This record gives sequence, structure tokens and C-alpha cells, in this order.
Amino acid sequence: MPQPGDSVSRSAVDILIASDRVPANARPDLLTEDDIWALLEEVKDPEVPAVSVVELGIVRALRWDGNELSVDVTPTYSGCPATELIEELITEALRAVGFRNPKINRVLTPAWTTDWITAEGKDKLRAFGIAPPEGSSSKMSLLGEPEIIACPLCGSEDTERVSEFGSTACKALYRCKECLEPFDYFKCI
Amino acid sequence: MTQTEALREYLLRLADSDMILGQRLCELCGKAPALEEEMAVMNVALDLIGQARNWYEYAAELIDDGRDADKLAFLRDAHDYRNLLLTEQPNEDYAVTMGRQFFFDVWHYFTLTSLTESSDERIAGIASKAVKEATYHLRRSSEWVKRLGDGTEESHQRMQDAVDILWRFTGELITPDDTDRVLAEAGIGPEPDQLAQDWRGMANEVLTQATLTPGAEDAWMYMGGKHGEHTEHLGFILAEMQFLQRAYPDATTW
Repeated sequence: MPQPGDSVSRSAVDILIASDRVPANARPDLLTEDDIWALLEEVKDPEVPAVSVVELGIVRALRWDGNELSVDVTPTYSGCPATELIEELITEALRAVGFRNPKINRVLTPAWTTDWITAEGKDKLRAFGIAPPEGSSSKMSLLGEPEIIACPLCGSEDTERVSEFGSTACKALYRCKECLEPFDYFKCI
Repeated sequence: MTQTEALREYLLRLADSDMILGQRLCELCGKAPALEEEMAVMNVALDLIGQARNWYEYAAELIDDGRDADKLAFLRDAHDYRNLLLTEQPNEDYAVTMGRQFFFDVWHYFTLTSLTESSDERIAGIASKAVKEATYHLRRSSEWVKRLGDGTEESHQRMQDAVDILWRFTGELITPDDTDRVLAEAGIGPEPDQLAQDWRGMANEVLTQATLTPGAEDAWMYMGGKHGEHTEHLGFILAEMQFLQRAYPDATTW
């Protein structure tokens, strides 16, 4: 859990601060769709601050109604406690560049899957010390053997699951038998 | 019973069962037998309460009398609660906690799997999200049942005791009433016979692997949760869970 003042959550803090002084001459109508996506790339997941909400695949679409912008956001888990905070951070990021009343549509279908995490997002997870989801969610078997999960620290495949759940609902807890370090695995759903 | 009435009733059953089991699991916060178990149990509870909110929100729209999801959860009394009796049973021995979870998860998994194909799109959407979570829950609870059942002499005995204590509440999971039938006919809810067959199939398979003996199919079963007739435990759960809303109605700052 990031603490206030952690460098990892700095960008979110900057956005919040920046939102208090929106330049009067901000022209959101001049921003392209690519500009908005680039802006949302700066909004990090508060519980996995290594990756952005775009890389996690939880921002699904941007919609315009005239000059009004709304963003489709899908939660990772039904009870993800970060859902509201993520929605607020996205709203604040958009306000900071001049959108007066950005809207969030919370969409449940199609249900979020770890298949939507971008390749770049998976690399960043690994670099952050979290093993990214292995394989495709469609192949997840109900009572089958767990996949081989490589240690994000030393790369060894000699690992074992300690707990089906880790520090958050989206992670499981593993241990590397080679380097002996515990690590989080971003579960494949 | 009209289809709309049945739908309201059914959504409350789904929501209340998730909510009450979630609340029960939360009692273990700070008291689970191991740190990893604590994280797992709390995460399962979180999933269930998140799912409950999704069902309550839909139910609130259909009930349409000004109550929102929070009011449905925190301001209804026991006789208005529609949760399965199994979900309100006390945690007791950890074998009971895991046995209760396992019996529920099997029901939950097959119910949600069926609901992903509901003719009601909103239900299908919520279920398609929830079933991924329920799959994990089932995987975990069935592993525990096997580990304890096929473990030491003592763990086997305690797991068998748990099965014997809980068996009387499992009939309600797979015994349909008018609400279930109306929705099954409309293609909204699961087909009751199929659900019963699936539940028995998997429960028996896992219990057998765990070297445990299931109860008799024609055993006496406690029912009534789906109609608001509860065991004494629910009142105590609600007293704790609803205290804040009752003492400080509409409190928005905390």
C-alpha cells in the first residue's frame, strides 16, 4: 500500500494539486484523442503504482457528447476498493487540463481480464517485483494445476504458491525456492 | 407471482447471501489461524461484498422506492433478509469455516456460471465478473476440504464433523421454490434440476477425494432463509453490521 509522499504516487498528487489551479485559458477542445490517452497514461493504479490505468486495461473507451467527455472504466474485481479512487484520479486528471465536467461510466461487460494488460504493462509489473499473469484467462482451469510462475527477481521457475491470495484481491503470494524471496503474482482472470 | 416480483426477490437472495457470508468472514479479521489465511479470507469477503453491492444496486432500481444499495443492506431487519441459512452459520472451528465456504462456493460457482447466460443482460454482466472470483474461491475452499479431510487423523475428524454440522443447511441451496421456477422459465435464472445435479456432483467428488462422507440426500434439511425465516444467528450479525447506520442514520462522514 503506497503511503502519502511515496514517490510512486507523486504523479497522482501532482495532478490533484494541479487541479486546484486550472489555467483559465485551458482549451480541452483542442486536445486530440491521443492526447487524452497520453494523459491517462499518467494516472497510476493506487495499489499497483508501477502501471497506469491504461496499461492495466481498465480504461476501456473515451466518448464525446459535443464537448463533454466521458470515460468508460471497468473494475478489476467486483469489490476492488481502489475503484472509486481510480475514478476520482481520472476525473481530476481531466479537470486539470480543463474539462469542466468529465464523466465516468462504470462498465461491467465485457468483464475485465488480465489479457487486457498491455505487454508494456506486464514488463513494468515484473520490473516492480510482481510476476505478471501467465497464459490466457480463457485457459484457466477450475481445479487444474497452477501454472509455472517465474520469479520476477531472479527468473527461476522453481517457485511455490504460499497463498491463493496476496496483498490485494488481484494478487497471489508466491515464494522463490532459488533466491528464497517471496513475491506477488498478478493472478490470471 | 409476476416475473418482476420474482426478479426482485431473487436479486435480494443473491445480494444478501453474498453480504452475510462476507460479514461472517470479516469476523476473522485479526483472528485467522495464519497470516496467509487472513489475507485470503479477507479477500474472499471483499469479493463477496463487492458482488453484493452490484446485486443491491440492481435490486434498488427495480424496487424503486427511494432506497439505495446501502439502505437495503443496512436498514432491513432479519425477516426481510433473504440469504441462504448456510451463510449465516457461525465460523466455529476453521474446518467449519472452510466447509461452509466450500458448500457455498460450489452453489455460487454453478449459479453464476448459469447466470452469465441469463436473458437479463444486467444479471449476465454482473455474473460474468463475479464468476471469475467465485472460481478462485471454489478452488481454494476445495483444496482446504481435501487437505483437512485427507490429512491427519485429527484434521480428518474435525473436517468430517464440519460436514455433519453443515449438511442440514445444504438442501436449501438446491431446493427450488416459485421464485426460482418463474425465473428459470423466463431464462433469467438457473435451471433448478441442473443446478442440483451439478452441486451434488461436485460436492460428492471433492468430499470423496477428501476421504469424507457426505450426508444423506434425504436427510432433514433446514430451509426458510429465502423467505426470511432465519436461524437465531442472523439477528446478531445484523446487530453488529447495521449498528452504525442505525445509530447515525445517513452518516456520510466518518
